[in-house]
Amino acid sequence: MADSVNLTIDGKAVQAAPGTLVIDAAKKVGIEIPAFCYWEGLTLQAACRMCLVEVERMPKLMTACTLTVAEGMVVRTETPLVAEARKSMLEFVLTNHPLDCPVCDKGGECELQDMTFRYGAGEGRFDEMKVHVDEKQWSPVVYFDAPRCILCYRCVRICDEGMGVDALGVIYRGVVSEIAPNKEDHLQCDECGMCIDICPVGALTSGMYRYRTRPWEMEHTGTICAHCSNGCKTTLGTRNGQIIRGNNRDKSGINGEFLCIKGRYAFDFNSHPERLQSPLMRIGGKLEPVSWSRAIGEVARRFTEIRERGGRFGVVGSNRTSNEENYYLQKFARQGLGTNNIDHRRTGDVPALIDALAGRTGVLATVKDVYTAKASLVIGSDLAQQHPLLAYQLRANWRHHQSHTYTVTRGPVREDKYSVHGVRVEPGAELGALESLRDQLKAEPELVILFGDAIKGEAVRRLVEFGDSLGIPVKYICLVDYSNSRGAVDMGLLPHLGPGYQGVENPGMSLPEMLAAEDLDAFWVVGANPLEHNKLAADRAFVVVHDLFLTETAERADVVFPAASAYEKNGTVTNVCGEVQHLRSAVQTMGVKTDLEILGLLSKEMRINLGMWTPESVLREIRQTVRGYNVALPVIAAGGAAQSLPLNGRVTLDSRPELIQSAGDTLFTSGTLGRYSKTLLSVLEYPGVLYGEAAEPEADRR
Amino acid sequence: MTFSPELEAKFEKLLRSYPPGRQRSALIPMLMFAQDEVGSVTPEVIAEIAARIGISELQVREVLSYYSMLHTKPMGKYHIQVCTNISCLLTGGEEIWEQARKKLGCGHKEVTADGQFSLEEVECIGACSWAPAIQVNYDFHHNVTPEKFNALIDSLRKLH
Repeated sequence: MADSVNLTIDGKAVQAAPGTLVIDAAKKVGIEIPAFCYWEGLTLQAACRMCLVEVERMPKLMTACTLTVAEGMVVRTETPLVAEARKSMLEFVLTNHPLDCPVCDKGGECELQDMTFRYGAGEGRFDEMKVHVDEKQWSPVVYFDAPRCILCYRCVRICDEGMGVDALGVIYRGVVSEIAPNKEDHLQCDECGMCIDICPVGALTSGMYRYRTRPWEMEHTGTICAHCSNGCKTTLGTRNGQIIRGNNRDKSGINGEFLCIKGRYAFDFNSHPERLQSPLMRIGGKLEPVSWSRAIGEVARRFTEIRERGGRFGVVGSNRTSNEENYYLQKFARQGLGTNNIDHRRTGDVPALIDALAGRTGVLATVKDVYTAKASLVIGSDLAQQHPLLAYQLRANWRHHQSHTYTVTRGPVREDKYSVHGVRVEPGAELGALESLRDQLKAEPELVILFGDAIKGEAVRRLVEFGDSLGIPVKYICLVDYSNSRGAVDMGLLPHLGPGYQGVENPGMSLPEMLAAEDLDAFWVVGANPLEHNKLAADRAFVVVHDLFLTETAERADVVFPAASAYEKNGTVTNVCGEVQHLRSAVQTMGVKTDLEILGLLSKEMRINLGMWTPESVLREIRQTVRGYNVALPVIAAGGAAQSLPLNGRVTLDSRPELIQSAGDTLFTSGTLGRYSKTLLSVLEYPGVLYGEAAEPEADRR
Repeated sequence: MTFSPELEAKFEKLLRSYPPGRQRSALIPMLMFAQDEVGSVTPEVIAEIAARIGISELQVREVLSYYSMLHTKPMGKYHIQVCTNISCLLTGGEEIWEQARKKLGCGHKEVTADGQFSLEEVECIGACSWAPAIQVNYDFHHNVTPEKFNALIDSLRKLH
């Protein structure tokens, strides 16, 4: 078979690989062939017939979405005949479509509107009653308005094929055909909203967004989801300082069209009524609102006093704050307060992996690798629940490339449906179970290994040895929990490792040690909730907390700073694969400040010079000083993901794997932050289960 | 849910009649047979058949709702299906339909109060050569006239 096929589309010479669809070949040369039902990556439907094109020596108009390219083919996409055909198809589609565009959520960004505008099917010959069916609510986030549906089946296919959830189908037939949910009158699914975003018309609408605005009245900010570690781009639609919508309709970012319920809907924590909007100070035993200058002054005074008398500090960083904030915080602790007592909630053993892979190149997998690798091995993670984008990529890889997936988990996972081999093990026996897969894995041309917190400490080294023994190229992903869990480790929020995994001379206390230390003088928590299930042994410690909400930890504080959320700040975050991406501020909440600004103001008040505290200047410093972080700025600035590669040296390990534990969040929980998302709490599926079992008791989260 | 031994045997045979992985091919006959025994395709029947074939209940409902011969509510003991498609229409099918509505006192997809009869206006049943035709359960009646229709109903009533 020839490597490429030559054809002509609208007079342009086009080269395409054999098997390419005409609609895709046209797109490559900038010719858009309209289609409702066609969606790149899903099975072909050929239901809407909008993509009809003229092909020389073919007797009839052909559907460009199902026609593969052939040598010498001559295609015309915009002839009078084609325009007439499309106009007629639109007339059919519009026979039952209500003309409620002025109140329809989709109005203004509707593909049917655009097509009607383009081909002008302004008059219909259909003079009978339109079929009307009342609108239905299928879940707190999904509404269905059947008359608007044009039966393109995109929603059914994205749910079945893309998500592997199979929650949507089509019932009845002919003109009364309807999309139906899996539980007769409601949905039981991932509540991801993929069906809503993929809908070309306003048939499927979002419970969060419906009737709240017109699309053209919003401003759009592409930023990174604040929840799990996969680092999906979510485009926040804002109006009057409120986030109204999250989606990724432009398919930008590493996630393409994908978003789960958290990325698409769980932005609502941002406008939760319990958001803190003023600093709080303990006055007469009670937390009272005070001015920023008083709160900053008080903390600076107490910190200075404790530092001068040689008191003990304990500093806890966050899994969700930006790289710049994490870097600045550890610098503040180490240089400003003179302590290595800094830690964060560790959710995966990244340092052990970085150490085991020291000196190698091309061994840290990216999100894209999960889609392209010939084989993948998932160890100790319910991927579809805990890492939804990676699960989506893995599934797409199987659908498109017939890649092989292996799972080693303690219970059933969604990946079992298509994996070549699923091994069930007792928790803790994951590593041993790999031997049973050795022969199969050896026969694979390459492998990506994704491992959760079941593999930590020495087990990571043994996993890499196992990978080496296979004799094939192996890449790794150490699964961590939250949006910047990886960045927290990279930036040195650890008692024994500074930024870039550089060992420190006098390792400080770990988080459990800080909590247990009765003589702790100051406990400073920046965006974490360690006291959710633990007590602080040091009764008299001066406690400072930065947070969005009055969490269990904040309630114990002497001073609480109201912090800006990830959607209110600029900076960078690093996803589970080490890919650095840009956070862009979408909205502002009155009274709050970013953690970076709070750190800066504190350092100024304490007369400690830690350098400028703008995200840009701190990123500049990170790029210059942190191993592996000299990432390409233009890539990040343009909304891309640049992988950090901190592999050029051994890491001093503290080999205390007992400190590492994933919080076991599901699709519907997100640590402490998730508790403040009404949407997550509202869906029937909340709190969700891992491995098809009852949810684990909530561990210390965030 | 369990069915009669005869139906269980039929299901067993049906599920073995198709190559492995193609068991969903047995869906329509299973639904038909279950409907004949249970009286209609109830939610329990849907769940049971879905489980036996290994597909989702939604997939069963997709097929079920497509075919007008499958019912989710019980029909009468005698389900009278009157064709009003072109051949029957030209030879008096509409009059049969009107006669049926009057005689039974119920309309399309409705059941008589005693549960003995139900009525349905159907599309072509493939008996054009003997139009107008009606179907009672699985039996055909050809060249029907309003008088013949009345006589048929009366004779069915006498049967019990």
